[in-house]
Amino acid sequence: MKILVTAKRVPNPEQKLKLAGGQIDLSGASWQVNTFDEYAVETALRLTEKGKGGERAGEVVVVSVGPKDVAQQLRGVLAMGADRAILVGAEDAALDADSVARILKAVVEREKPDLVVLGKQTVDGDSNQVGQILAGLLGWPQATFLASIRAAADGKSATVTREVDAGVEEKRVRLPAVVTVDLRIIGKKAVRNEALAPDGAEWDETQRYASLKGIMAAKKKEIKEVPLAELGVAPAPLLKVKTYEAPPARKAGIKVASVEELASKLHNEAKVI
Amino acid sequence: MGAVVVFCEVSDDGKAVRTSSLPALAAGAELAKHHGGGVVAVVVGNGVGAAAADAAKYAPKVLAFDGAGLAAPLAETWAPQLADAVKRAGATALVATATSTGKDVLPRAAALLGAGMASDVTGVLGAKELRRPAYAGNAVETVEVGGPVVVASVRQSAFPPAVAGAAGAVETVAVAAADALGAEHLGVHGTKSARPELGDAKVVVSGGRGMREGANFKILEELTDLLGGALGASRAAADAGMVPNDLQVGQTGKVVAPNLYIAVAISGAIQHLAGMKGSKVIVAINKDPEAPIFQVADYGLVATWEQAVPALIAEVKKLKA
Repeated sequence: MKILVTAKRVPNPEQKLKLAGGQIDLSGASWQVNTFDEYAVETALRLTEKGKGGERAGEVVVVSVGPKDVAQQLRGVLAMGADRAILVGAEDAALDADSVARILKAVVEREKPDLVVLGKQTVDGDSNQVGQILAGLLGWPQATFLASIRAAADGKSATVTREVDAGVEEKRVRLPAVVTVDLRIIGKKAVRNEALAPDGAEWDETQRYASLKGIMAAKKKEIKEVPLAELGVAPAPLLKVKTYEAPPARKAGIKVASVEELASKLHNEAKVI
Repeated sequence: MGAVVVFCEVSDDGKAVRTSSLPALAAGAELAKHHGGGVVAVVVGNGVGAAAADAAKYAPKVLAFDGAGLAAPLAETWAPQLADAVKRAGATALVATATSTGKDVLPRAAALLGAGMASDVTGVLGAKELRRPAYAGNAVETVEVGGPVVVASVRQSAFPPAVAGAAGAVETVAVAAADALGAEHLGVHGTKSARPELGDAKVVVSGGRGMREGANFKILEELTDLLGGALGASRAAADAGMVPNDLQVGQTGKVVAPNLYIAVAISGAIQHLAGMKGSKVIVAINKDPEAPIFQVADYGLVATWEQAVPALIAEVKKLKA
């Protein structure tokens, strides 16, 4: 199975966001791969494995859209085990979900994967759109917010569970398809390719980290830089961010000394119970 | 500029519009003032006559896309109906609540329309100008949506539910066939509960990693039920398997804004705060006085949940007596 997986770089979400003059100052940001994309990479790798640390079959191609520096994050994904990488050169500010999806569509048409795996959202933009737009543009089925995926032995379909408001939905999609993953996807038995891994195959309950061997191997793997012009896509973002502001601050609260005081405040002061 | 199409989800019994869609109708009405047209509510499914009639209480016009091929909630078949609705209505905007269905279907519809989309909108500033949170709620963006149609998913807690009024007109569009592109809906395994939905609840009681194990949530359930609220959890608690993931409150879970939010044994990671900071009154109970949750809490109590929660239950019972 050939899988295309996305990896966007995002500023470390634990760092305090610097806002000034209606803009976000990312000059001092430390960058990392979007968490949900790390889960997507883990998902893609498991789909090409017989089991944890077992033999592999198929190919995992990671793609990112962004400035040249993203090569650093892509190297990290290659160290996790992805086979090769594609970096489509573009400035973050010139992109929105629609333009990223159009660029990915062009990459999909070149690479012809059986499956595209994305994180359900990035933790900076929080938009949760790219996978769905990509599926719509390609005319492919989609399965979003995956908690699990089982690729059929014949390679023609995948059965998934999805995190939905009412619980967990089970869905089957014909391949090729676009899927986006939620955090449960890194569960021990959440991912399995029936053509490779036996029933009951287990992985660690986390995305894998690069081993020293992986890091060494990654140095020899290809990161192909592809200029936008070569893909024949001219992104024209439809969504423009005009300004960023800090959210309204909550007024400082108080510490109460006892449960009795808490209940009394909630009843008499806040009037919520 | 033209009409505003609002996608309304149908309740489980098929008879009404889901309450989660009412804020989208309100946001749609606000947007319609800037677009100059009216609100056109859209329902999609199989046998949606009753739901369409219910939707008509909130909009002057309803388009009901009805057909056996639309029975299952599939983005593959539903997104084209929304795109079709926009064309039929001559609409310049498409709105839905950012439920799991809205998040799944709306971007796909935007792709079919070649339209730009803003997710999780919390405010309408103009015909194309909207406000939305990003960076786990640590920034509020003012965005301009270009393209022929403004597509927006709206945050349920950010708009009041639309109020029923005079009945509008229903137009039914019989959909003979819908191509699911090889996708099949196999069912939903629900966590059915008698409690209100997290998104609608006036009170939410959430537990975090400090609850240690799922069985300990029983005591939170007791407090939740006493207050007539919904149970929630932090990502850490959901990740640890203490509770089902659909209870997760946060950037990657549900965003809630109840009148009262009680966070028990939750440290207050940024991603959790993103899901509850909009609550009117926040109570934090945590044994660690340095826990970041206290920075957003109106009332903080430094205590273990083992001590505090049973005592709080007793106090609430006294107040209710």
